[in-house]
Order: sequence, then C-alpha cells, then structure tokens
Amino acid sequence: MQSVIKGKAYVLGDNIDTDQIIPAQYLAYNPSDPAERKYFGMYANSGVPDAQAGLPKGNIPFVAKDQFHSQYSIIVGGKNFGCGSSREHAPLALAEAGVQCVLAEFYARIFFRNSVNGGYLVPIETAQRLVDKVQTGDELEVRIDEGHVLNLTRNERYDIRPLGDVVPIIKAGGVFAYARAQGMLK
Amino acid sequence: MPGMTITEKILAKHSGKDRVTPGENVWVDVDVLMTHDVCGPGTIGIFHENFGRDAKVWDRDRVVIIPDHYIFTADEKCHRNVQILRDFVKEQNLRYYYDPAFVKATGMPSPYLDPANTSYKGVCHKALPEEGHVRPGEILLGTDSHTCTAGAFGQFATGVGNTDAAFTLGTGKTWLKVPATMKFIFHGEIPAYLTAKDLILAVIGKIGVDGATYRTMYFAGDGINSLTLEDRMTLTNMAIEAGGKNGICDVDEKTLQYVRKRSTRPQWEVYREDKDAQYHSVYEWDLATLKPMVAKPNSPDNTDTAENCREMKLDQAYIGSCTGGKITDMIFAASILKGNKVKIPTYIVPGSTEVHSDMRRLNLRGVPKDKNEKSIEEVLRDAGCILGPSGCAACLGGPKDTFGRLNEPINCISTTNRNFPGRMGHKKAGVFLASPLTVAASALTGYVTDPRDFVTQRIETGMAGVL
Repeated sequence: MQSVIKGKAYVLGDNIDTDQIIPAQYLAYNPSDPAERKYFGMYANSGVPDAQAGLPKGNIPFVAKDQFHSQYSIIVGGKNFGCGSSREHAPLALAEAGVQCVLAEFYARIFFRNSVNGGYLVPIETAQRLVDKVQTGDELEVRIDEGHVLNLTRNERYDIRPLGDVVPIIKAGGVFAYARAQGMLK
Repeated sequence: MPGMTITEKILAKHSGKDRVTPGENVWVDVDVLMTHDVCGPGTIGIFHENFGRDAKVWDRDRVVIIPDHYIFTADEKCHRNVQILRDFVKEQNLRYYYDPAFVKATGMPSPYLDPANTSYKGVCHKALPEEGHVRPGEILLGTDSHTCTAGAFGQFATGVGNTDAAFTLGTGKTWLKVPATMKFIFHGEIPAYLTAKDLILAVIGKIGVDGATYRTMYFAGDGINSLTLEDRMTLTNMAIEAGGKNGICDVDEKTLQYVRKRSTRPQWEVYREDKDAQYHSVYEWDLATLKPMVAKPNSPDNTDTAENCREMKLDQAYIGSCTGGKITDMIFAASILKGNKVKIPTYIVPGSTEVHSDMRRLNLRGVPKDKNEKSIEEVLRDAGCILGPSGCAACLGGPKDTFGRLNEPINCISTTNRNFPGRMGHKKAGVFLASPLTVAASALTGYVTDPRDFVTQRIETGMAGVL
C-alpha cells in the first residue's frame, strides 16, 4: 500500500451499488483470464445514470469510449458505497480502470471486504461528506498515514478515518499475502 | 456476563470459543461453501493461483456448485463459464454439482423438457435447502449476496467475494467480524393480503438500505412463526438490501420438518437466544396494522403503500427470483390471476426446477391436483402470463437476450429484490418491488394495485415447498 495516493477525483453520490459499478451483463467476462479481465476496466462505472456520472455537473464518462483505463484514480462517494451484490468484479473493475482508493462516508460490507481481501484498492472512510466539497477533476493527494486528504485544486484539507483492523491485510496486499506472512499458508 | 444471540452462539462454536462479542474478529470453520457460474470462474482462478494447479479443495463434500445466473443465453462466454465449473467439479471430484446439461458450446440452450427430471436446479438460494445443504447452526458462505436467504433455517449464512471464497476453498476457514444483532419482532398472525415481502419492505423502508450495515437482522415473534418457511426465506433473503451481514430466524417444528427430510447430513445444532442477549436495537410491528408495500424506483428503501401508488402506470410485471419465485409465491400470484387476464406482459420464472415441477403437479391449494383440476402453471398460462425456464433470469438484467430483461426504459413491477438503476437491464427503466399478491393484482390493472382489492380470503398453500 502506498501511503500517499495522488490523482484526479471522480465524484459519485450515495448508495452507488455494484450494478452501477459493473453492470451484470459484463460479468460473463472471466476475471482470471488477463485478456478478458481488462474489459472490467472498460465498463467500470458504466451503470451510473448519466446525470450522476461525475458530480456536480454529471454526464462525464468515467472511462472514455473504447478505453481500458480512466484518467481518474480516486473515487469520491457518499454513504453506503458499493452496496448490493457480492460481486468482487466491482472493486476489480475500478482497479482495472486505474483506481487506487475510494473516499466515502462508509461502505457496504462485502464491497469493503472484497476491496481489502482482494487487495484491489484502499477503501477509506472520510470524517465528513466530501461529495459536496470535491468536484470531478479536482487534483487530490490522499495521505493515509497522516490521516488527511489535500485538495490541491481548491486548497482544502479533509480528515479521513483510521483504517483500523484491516491495516495489516491492506499492507500485505490482500488476505492471501497476509495469511502467508502470518504462517497460516505455505 | 450478558447472554448471547443466536448468531453469536454460532460464531463462538465455529471459532472454538466459549463466547464472542460484537466487533471482535474471529477465524471460523465453514460448513458449506457455495458458488455459481458468475463468480465460480473467478474463484477457481484465484484458488489455482494461490494454492497451486494441483491443489485440492479442503473437503469435496462441503463445496456446492449451482449454475443458475446466465444459463438461457446464446452468449458463448456464459457457456464457457459453465464449462469451467464442470472441469473444476471433475478435477476436484466434487459430490454436489447441479449441471445444466442442455448448455452446449453454442446457441441458445433448449430448456429442460421435464423440470422433475433434470440435473439442473435453478437459483442457488432456492436449490441449497431443497438439495439438503442448509441446516440450523451451521455456517454457509456463498459467492452471492443473497446467500443470507438460508438464515431462515437458523444458520449463519452470508455472501462473500471470489477471493474470500477461494481462501475458504483451500482452507475451510474465513475471518469474520462478529456482527451486533438488530431484533425485528412481529406480533400477530399474517393477514391474507400480506406476504413476508411486505414485512421486509416495511423494515427496509424504516431503517434504510444502510440501516443494518455490518449487522445481523434477527426476525422474531409469533408473527414470524406464523409464516411458512418459504416466506421466512423472503425476509432473510432481503437482509442484504438493508446492508445486513446475515438474517436469521428461530428454528421451530416447520424448520425441523423440512431439514429432516432434506439434509445431506444427519446432525445439526439448534441455538436459541439467551434471555439476556444484547441487541443493537429492537423494532416491533403489529402485523394487523401493516399494509401492502412497494419500493419505488430506484432504491429498496424508497417505500410506500401500494394504495398510495395507484396512479403509477406499469408496462411489465415479473414474478421470479430467489426472493419471489418460490412455489408459495406462485400460488399467491395464481390465486389472484385465476380466471382473469393480465393487461401488461407478465413474465413468470420459477425459482427452481422443483418449483417448476410443483407448478405442474399442484393445484391452487398447494396439494397434488386431481385429473380435472388445473395446475398452477395452467392457471398462470390461462391468465396470459409468459412462462420461462428456472434461473436468475431478469432479476439482475444479465445478457441482453435474457428472458424478461428490461431492454427499454419502461416501468416494471417485480417480486425480485433490488431496484437500483439498471438492475433489471436498462439504466432508465423503473422497477417497483412488491409482493407476489401486489404484482399479480397490478398485472391485472396495468397500474400499481393494492391486493386487498382482490384477496377476499386466506390463501392456503398446504405443504407446498416443504414436502
């Protein structure tokens, strides 16, 4: 895990569910096949209604047409980010598109767990609601160890909550790496 | 020291501890792991990558694979995914696999001809108890958020991702944070015009789609005891729609009767709450005061009463899924549709091939029909419904050629579980979630309709869905 993550923000609202992050029709791709895995990046966030895609303006595609990567590497969300299905394809799709962390008020349980255990991205809880403060395209610098985010575009600073119990798993890079480091697995 | 809840007792037992408390992280032994065609291939890939190409699963009798999501589609990637499951089952010599044998490499598969005679079972959450993989007191993990359905049988059941499932495949273990329990008590007997769907929509409307995040939802009271097991499954099924980690019900004679008949293992343990168990919060409802509910687009907590939505015009009705495609759901719907004609296209998808078989075998009272009686399936067809083969189908949209999928920005009323944007297909389609009674009543008028306009007496379901 990098302790400083720098990049452009893509802002979404509350209750962004996994069908919006990766619509079910694309789940036919096999994430274990590298040639197919990259398509999860292409379709990441493609289920978000156009008006809510890239707040506050909306109608901003997360990934440009026919591209596999996004120019945005930090997602800003509201409450209950990643609710809905258990599909690990959701954090995987964001990671394939180039997302390194999500900043949200809080997460749905399975999305949080999948992000951590699969080592896809860092799900960070914010101390205050950032959806109304950050705009899509803002340059952010997330300083995980220092516990805050700098908005370089607006010259603002926001606090984030400690990652808590899951730090060792995130630092190891996922639950398999963690279990090996602990001697649970060979 | 305070007492424990049912969920705490199950987690304590499976982590080798005398007691656990909410917030504590524990490593537990898993009893059964289930996966399907959408998350199986990814899980298998991660398993091979981390444990090795020649690795064996921790217990070949405790892994259950049930293809159900993308079965009736011409998409060749979906057929390939079923083949990945078959190869893994063979490689691991797994005992419990339910093959859609009619899925070949190309083309739209022809459905089974006789639902009573096929290895294919349909939706995993319905097939798991039917095939004997659900027992009180156990821990079930599944690569599907609606795995929580099995909590109706008094077990701890929850959805996990591919990585967690792969870890359990190799080790038989997982780590869990012990959830605090929210208790939802229902008083009185369920009235004829309500089903458990109305109860759970009322709960989600009250606490919100994040109201039970990281917590257990425990459904208790004589109101819950008055429900059939299938209706209890509707409650626990939608625990995830409030963000719940698991949903759970008390074990009673109805549970034991079902499990005794079906279980692949002869033993299980029944846990009961301690009198001084600690709850995060307690909510109470009187069933006599509840009205038929709907969740309007685009969130399961955007609830209202059906009667308040009478002006909402609909384009389609859908009865199916793990939530609302059980045999009792079909009897509820057929009781209203009997002798009438639907005004809007109405799609019916049996939750499992057993449900489909029972739709042909049983009458509207849920007992084997006489020669001269109509079957549930015949009643539904006579009403103008369009019947598809068992599976997850349009509940989660799926490939474009999925039966009943919303490919246009239309309004659909559905017995399914989720109505976030795009859930059943088109991003701009609107989905109203409701009970099978409300969906059937609405199918007859073309508008959201309160089933009290149609239901005049108690709908008996006999032993349907049990024996």
